[in-house]
Amino acid sequence: MTDTVEQVPVPLDVRSVGTRLARVDGPEKVTGRARYAVEHRDEEGLGDPLSLWLVQSTVAKGEVEAVDASAALAHDGVLRVLDHTSAPRLEDTEDGELAVLQDARVHFRGQIVAVVVAETSEAAREGAALVEVSYRAEPHAAAFTVEGATYRPDSVNPAFETDSDDGDVDAALAGSAVVVDASYGTPYEHNNPMEPHATIARWHEGDDDGVVLRLVDSTQGVHGVASTIAPMVGLGKDQVHVTAPYVGGGFGSKGLPHANVVVAALAARETSPRPVSLAVTRQQMFALTGYRTATVSRMRLGADRDGRLTAIEHRAYAQSAAVKEFAEQTAVGTRSLYAAANRRTSHRLAVLDVAVPSWMRAPGEMPGIFAHEVAMDELAVACGVDPVELRVRNIPERDPETGKPFSDHRLVECLREGAERFGWADRPAQAGATLDGEWRVGTGMAVSTYPGYRMPGNEARVTALDGGRFEVAIGCVDIGTGARTVLTQIAADALGVDPAAVVLRVADSSLPPASVAGGSSGTASWGSAVSAAAQAFLHEHGRTPDPGASLTASAADDPLNGDHVFHSHGAVFAEVRVHRRTGEIRVPRLFGMYSVGRVMNPTTARSQLVGGLVMGLSSALHEESVRDPRFGHVVTQDLATYHVASHADVLDVDADWLEGSDEEFTPMGARGIGEIGIVGTAAAVINAAYHATGVRVRDLPVTADRFLGEG
Amino acid sequence: MRALDYVRPSTPEEAVAAVAGDEDAMFLAGGSNLVDHLKLGVARPGRLVDVSRLPLDEVATHDTDRGTVLRVGATVRNADLAAHPVVRSRLPGLSRALLAGASGQIRQQASTAGNLLQRTRCVYFQDVTTPCNKREPGSGCSALEGYGRYNAVLGASEHCVATHPSDMAVAMAALDTSVVVLGPDGERRMPSTDLHRLPGDEPQRDTTLAHGELVTGVEIPLTDLAAVSTYRKVRDRASYAFALVSVAAAVRTAGGVVEDVRLAWGGVAHAPWRARRAEEALRCGPVDEQAVAAAVDAELAEAETSEATTYKVPMLRGATVETLLALVEGEDA
Ligand SMILES: Cc1cc2nc3c(=O)[nH]c(=O)nc-3n(C[C@H](O)[C@H](O)[C@H](O)COP(=O)(O)OP(=O)(O)OC[C@H]3O[C@@H](n4cnc5c(N)ncnc54)[C@H](O)[C@@H]3O)c2cc1C
Ligand code: SF4
Repeated sequence: MTDTVEQVPVPLDVRSVGTRLARVDGPEKVTGRARYAVEHRDEEGLGDPLSLWLVQSTVAKGEVEAVDASAALAHDGVLRVLDHTSAPRLEDTEDGELAVLQDARVHFRGQIVAVVVAETSEAAREGAALVEVSYRAEPHAAAFTVEGATYRPDSVNPAFETDSDDGDVDAALAGSAVVVDASYGTPYEHNNPMEPHATIARWHEGDDDGVVLRLVDSTQGVHGVASTIAPMVGLGKDQVHVTAPYVGGGFGSKGLPHANVVVAALAARETSPRPVSLAVTRQQMFALTGYRTATVSRMRLGADRDGRLTAIEHRAYAQSAAVKEFAEQTAVGTRSLYAAANRRTSHRLAVLDVAVPSWMRAPGEMPGIFAHEVAMDELAVACGVDPVELRVRNIPERDPETGKPFSDHRLVECLREGAERFGWADRPAQAGATLDGEWRVGTGMAVSTYPGYRMPGNEARVTALDGGRFEVAIGCVDIGTGARTVLTQIAADALGVDPAAVVLRVADSSLPPASVAGGSSGTASWGSAVSAAAQAFLHEHGRTPDPGASLTASAADDPLNGDHVFHSHGAVFAEVRVHRRTGEIRVPRLFGMYSVGRVMNPTTARSQLVGGLVMGLSSALHEESVRDPRFGHVVTQDLATYHVASHADVLDVDADWLEGSDEEFTPMGARGIGEIGIVGTAAAVINAAYHATGVRVRDLPVTADRFLGEG
Repeated sequence: MRALDYVRPSTPEEAVAAVAGDEDAMFLAGGSNLVDHLKLGVARPGRLVDVSRLPLDEVATHDTDRGTVLRVGATVRNADLAAHPVVRSRLPGLSRALLAGASGQIRQQASTAGNLLQRTRCVYFQDVTTPCNKREPGSGCSALEGYGRYNAVLGASEHCVATHPSDMAVAMAALDTSVVVLGPDGERRMPSTDLHRLPGDEPQRDTTLAHGELVTGVEIPLTDLAAVSTYRKVRDRASYAFALVSVAAAVRTAGGVVEDVRLAWGGVAHAPWRARRAEEALRCGPVDEQAVAAAVDAELAEAETSEATTYKVPMLRGATVETLLALVEGEDA
């Protein structure tokens, strides 16, 4: 191993960056040659894996009394059944979600209580159905209410202050000419990436230094999986070799390993050296692989008659799981969005006997900005101020939270340009003013915002190949966003070569460390490391290096501790039609105008932003995981009952952005675009539905029955 | 793997014999419902009798003592039936109902009989870890006090509040369709509205068929009224969702009053709901907003709603008013 150079990257001389380089992995994908986790059997040692099937608890709280595996073991093809009495011990059981099969406790309904190992997946599945588990059930709590949300977490995801309080909110509200005081709710939502979570695991003697745990996993971060799993199974991080060649989406649910990966590792240890394959089913995902908690936001806004905010209060309530804490940072986005002298935010949790919530695209911002932006619409109505104008009036000079200036705050331009392109000016001020046949028609808007995140701990390696080509290696994962393509472009520009001269290697934990594909931080974090490595390499080896010359570097700049704060912004506009007799809702037009720094590749960027808008539309109209508190689990646990937007729901959806560059943030000028598209979108739709009908809906999703009144 | 027998009889009689003589046998058609149930553990047959290749795939007109009917074989695919020229021109409501169901891929797979006999989508019925009287008689009904958005508002019982999910069957109920059934003792016919039953205290029984009775086809009268039929489905997304409520209707007026009318609803009961009281109320009167709303309310007089289903009443009223008014407007055109 060579040393890592600490290099402060300088802004790139962009040539390929900003162009529409076609997805470098496009041909692999459209021809079906791209292999996803459990399809990855061509590697030596990974062929012919045994199949695993999970057995899940049918009580929400209590103890496993006994696991009777006799019928399962008598079944053809079933080799063994591991439960808490027979599974290998973990060396670290700190993480309650991951410490499965270690004791008899049941913390939520659907928890893994046994795993069946069999020759085929059919045999494993039938074996799982034949395992008889008896429980000593205890009373459980699984209903989320605001009254029950009394627990104050020490911090909220990932490490924000739980509460904030500036000025005197109560006094300001008492003295405000206009006050909006209402509660807004978002439901439980499940990420549901196209490819369910899946793992191949093999535990075997390596060539030189002892045991190797080989994992092919559907994950957003191979290094994160290795560093999480290794200490649990008593191995060094280098002994856990993780790859994720192709990943069919994650939306946060693959950001950290879930219990299924631990189970695969434990089973592989038992079947060593034969590998095992564990494909989580869609239904199992509703209990095991994370979800967005339901939230309630109690908003109080105080303003003068012109709509200038004097007070903003955002009290956020959510739920967490007894077995592992996750505190959605619902009100954090509110801290930096608008100017007001008096501002207060807080987060409280109901701790329930339920599955473990986690990251889902734009955790915090999605539910929190929804609440804030519907409240702003109510304020616009109350003041008689145009909603776009209201936002413009309240844009802060500096970040209200830190007092620092923003690096690149162009929300006003997004609002003005977006309004112009959408045709906002033609809108009647009055709600319920337009009827087109059987349909009431309205338009609405909302602001979108997402912080610029750059993660520590990224390194990239540049190696000269023959023929003027360069291998650029970094252990990050392309979960379908286009990271492979964009990093190829960044590497090409940083090295001053054509993209065709770059051989990019990613998705392997034996490559230099990289942070998770999450927090919209991938391009910024990995791209900065790649830029730094390329620039250090050129400095060290010149433009015509000898083949084999190699250098590993990290980016030594630290913008997040500098003079500025970094936020992306956007303005989302929606047209909504509500059927006057049946309440059905259609969204014929949805448009987002964004400021995200420099766009690395218009094709992949557009697909991220439009994808975010579609997911926001889906959350506005459809998505809801219905938990039945009597049982403790989600009963809409498949894609026939958990609705996401269908093609027919997605009509004219488009996104565009302001040309720009944030070179203070990254050498490429990029900030990140993975999540901002979902933020604010549901609020724009709800606000448009209000404008169409005069009916104010404050809870997602907005469904037809909301517009029908009583019998 | 759970081993099960699979047989593929070549005649309807053989198919009937294979199921009638074996309590654990089930007919398999397109499998788009039954195969899901096998995976979920909702159905655990010992033997599958595949009827999908039986010679029951014809769509043809026949003159009978009930007038001209369209005979549709049991194995005709939903996609083919929807696209059939006679269905499109003479039974537009049926074509629309079929196209409102499921997705293109599923309609290619789904058969006529399988569609009629598909089982409820009640989430508890499909989740073997929860009590359900339909799946496990006597275990209780989880939907009564649980997730109820799709629950019935008409004809339900304390034992089961499930709805029948089919769109096609609702159109057929409005169109006076007969179902042709072959049993061990020969063939019988019944109105499609007699096929599905209300749950009562035997929610495990969806239909009036005896074990082993095979649906061989349906017969739909090709009347002038049927030729102006239509279907309107209200659902939680624009495509690929089951009906919250749906309306199959046909109406003919003369001199401003109703001469003849057919009305059936989906999403409201354990069976496709032929709204005969509403039809009666509409007959000989005008078709205007008030008259239709009053007719709907007459039909819904005995509706029982819960907090989760109150919306169905105004939604049905709205959808029925819209549908009938549009049909009458279309008459003039
Ligand atoms: C995601 C999804 C969405 C859907 N959406 C809709 C929708 O919006 N609207 C809608 O109407 N439907 C919808 N469906 C249901 C679909 O229409 C049915 O699954 C299909 O019609 C069943 O037909 P099949 O031939 O596949 O039946 P199978 O699954 O083969 O059989 C269904 C049942 O019928 C019995 N059976 C089959 N043939 C005969 C026969 N000849 N005689 C006696 N018994 C028989 C079988 O034993 C079984 O019990 C949806 C299905 C899915 C999976
Ligand atoms: S409504 Fe019927 S199908 Fe649903 S849980 Fe109750 S008994 Fe079962």
